[in-house]
Amino acid sequence: MSEFIQYTLQGLAAGGFYALSALGLAVIFGVLGVVNFSHGACYMLGAVIAAVLLAELSLGFWVALVVVPVIMFGFGVLMERLLVQWLLALDPLYNFLLTFGLTLILVEAVKLRYGVSGLPYEIPAGLGGQVTVGSVNLSVYAIFACVFSVVLCLAVGLLMTRTRIGMIVRAATEDPGRTRALGINVGRWVTPVFGFGIALAGLAGVLAAPTRAITAEMGSNFIIILFAVVVIGGLGSILGAVVAGFLVGLVEAYGVAYAPAYAQIVIFVLMAAVILVRPSGLFGREEVA
Amino acid sequence: MSEQMTAKVDVDLAQPSILSRRSPWRYLMLLAGLAVLVMLPYWIYPPVAMDILCWGLFAISVDLLLGFTGLLSFGHAAFWGGSAYCTGLIAITWGVPFPVAVIGGSVFAMLIAWPIGWLSVRRTGIYFAMVTLAFAQMIYFIANQLRDLTGGENGLQGIPRTFFGIDAVENDSFYFYYAGAVLIVIGIAIAWQVVNSPFGRVLTAVRDNPARARALGYDVEVFKIKAFVISAGLAGLAGGVFAISHGFASLQELAWTTSGKVVLITVLGGIGTLWGGLVGAGVVVTLEDYLSSSGFEGIGLITGGIFVVIVLLFRHGIWGTARNALRRFVLDRRRATRD
Repeated sequence: MSEFIQYTLQGLAAGGFYALSALGLAVIFGVLGVVNFSHGACYMLGAVIAAVLLAELSLGFWVALVVVPVIMFGFGVLMERLLVQWLLALDPLYNFLLTFGLTLILVEAVKLRYGVSGLPYEIPAGLGGQVTVGSVNLSVYAIFACVFSVVLCLAVGLLMTRTRIGMIVRAATEDPGRTRALGINVGRWVTPVFGFGIALAGLAGVLAAPTRAITAEMGSNFIIILFAVVVIGGLGSILGAVVAGFLVGLVEAYGVAYAPAYAQIVIFVLMAAVILVRPSGLFGREEVA
Repeated sequence: MSEQMTAKVDVDLAQPSILSRRSPWRYLMLLAGLAVLVMLPYWIYPPVAMDILCWGLFAISVDLLLGFTGLLSFGHAAFWGGSAYCTGLIAITWGVPFPVAVIGGSVFAMLIAWPIGWLSVRRTGIYFAMVTLAFAQMIYFIANQLRDLTGGENGLQGIPRTFFGIDAVENDSFYFYYAGAVLIVIGIAIAWQVVNSPFGRVLTAVRDNPARARALGYDVEVFKIKAFVISAGLAGLAGGVFAISHGFASLQELAWTTSGKVVLITVLGGIGTLWGGLVGAGVVVTLEDYLSSSGFEGIGLITGGIFVVIVLLFRHGIWGTARNALRRFVLDRRRATRD
């Protein structure tokens, strides 16, 4: 039983990384209609920047947690202004391909600069070690990562549902044309939303940095799982992204624990099952074919 | 929402073909193409020439879906790599002549394509790309898991090039090129036949207006699945020849970067042009060969850069741009002579 609780915690912590990143992916898709293939690369960049901040400027985890999303926001804004915006009017497949090309560039650039072996990053002071609850040993950092991402997801949820900005973004997601007709400049929100989504991926990267090997390739598998997450949750849905993110994290953790050979495969079987039963995803709206 | 989902890639097939089907130019171009095919191993290192043909057919198989059915498969590595492994296993286990092994691999690719296609066509547009990508990754993990069969990280090594005991083909990659090219040409002919058949017309209708195709009584999903399976078979043919040519099959063949590379080749060649795949493959394969032999490390920078540039500025691809320029030229000439 105690092992089961440990796996659950690990799953929720990993699920937090997925949920935060998938949230960014979903928000970007909602407002811009862009599926950002480079989301995994942005997650990787977040972790790499955190490691570089530590190694070269000796800025620790807590600083990185604030600085990296800001940097990634700027990166996202640049990306949207310089590249993505030119293809917004076309079929979304073009931006999918554009961001795929960008992924290759980012991964190769990091590989050339920092090599293929992982960058070191330690669990920040005060979050190391284990805490014993009853008979169960739990990693403090996993608890922190889990709580932090849940709180952040809730905060984004509140931002979306309780503020005017959120209302505009949701309206723009729902029906850009009608939102524009109501006198709201939807175009003004496109760039910041893109940057915000990228910042969330970067933040997930920082959170993952102490627990994962930081390499140029760390986003390669991540992005595929992220796609499975949004297919399961329903790509248009913000709630779906978060719920499916935690769900996939749990499934993966239980898979690693109880059927290590099939851990990676289980996620895709879950995805296949969702497509079979509810093609539009758990929280997605029906598509008109 | 649904409008942006339907994968209508801006190919202008609707334009009436100016170079008509009976035109002697068509045959001249076909002859020129065949001449290039025959001369290729004289000009460049034969294994690289073989790679170009394999990637070319692979790209054609992707174009069959993307350009003619409106589905972007981002998981075609599953069929290319799946066939590479299966071809290799057949060749190693039974020592049959390599075309038999390749056909076996191709059939295997179609077998795994059927359930994947059946599930994936439930989604369209960008979702289809994501779903196929995820399923291909699943195949990757399965292959990695079946270490006894596939050799895991080491790949499947020592695939023999058995060919009826004809020593020249079995040992000299120059002659092997011609034996392999026959299979590739058969694959291209199948793709051409599919596109220009009544079946192909229905696929185009499915691409342009699925609702209408359905209203006309065509089962859209069934046509998509059939196109997907045929395309996977062609990708398998290419992957099988590739594995025989190299003598090994690695996990790289199944990785999503391979799926991405073939889409790059397709877009560079020109979506919906069919032949463009060969041109795109020629450019990408020779470029990669040149870069890696000159000791350049960051191939990803170059391929990624090409991707960004063609998607931003050059969406018709090489073949598409050339074809449009030719059409414009012929139209202008006609107008000039009429005036």
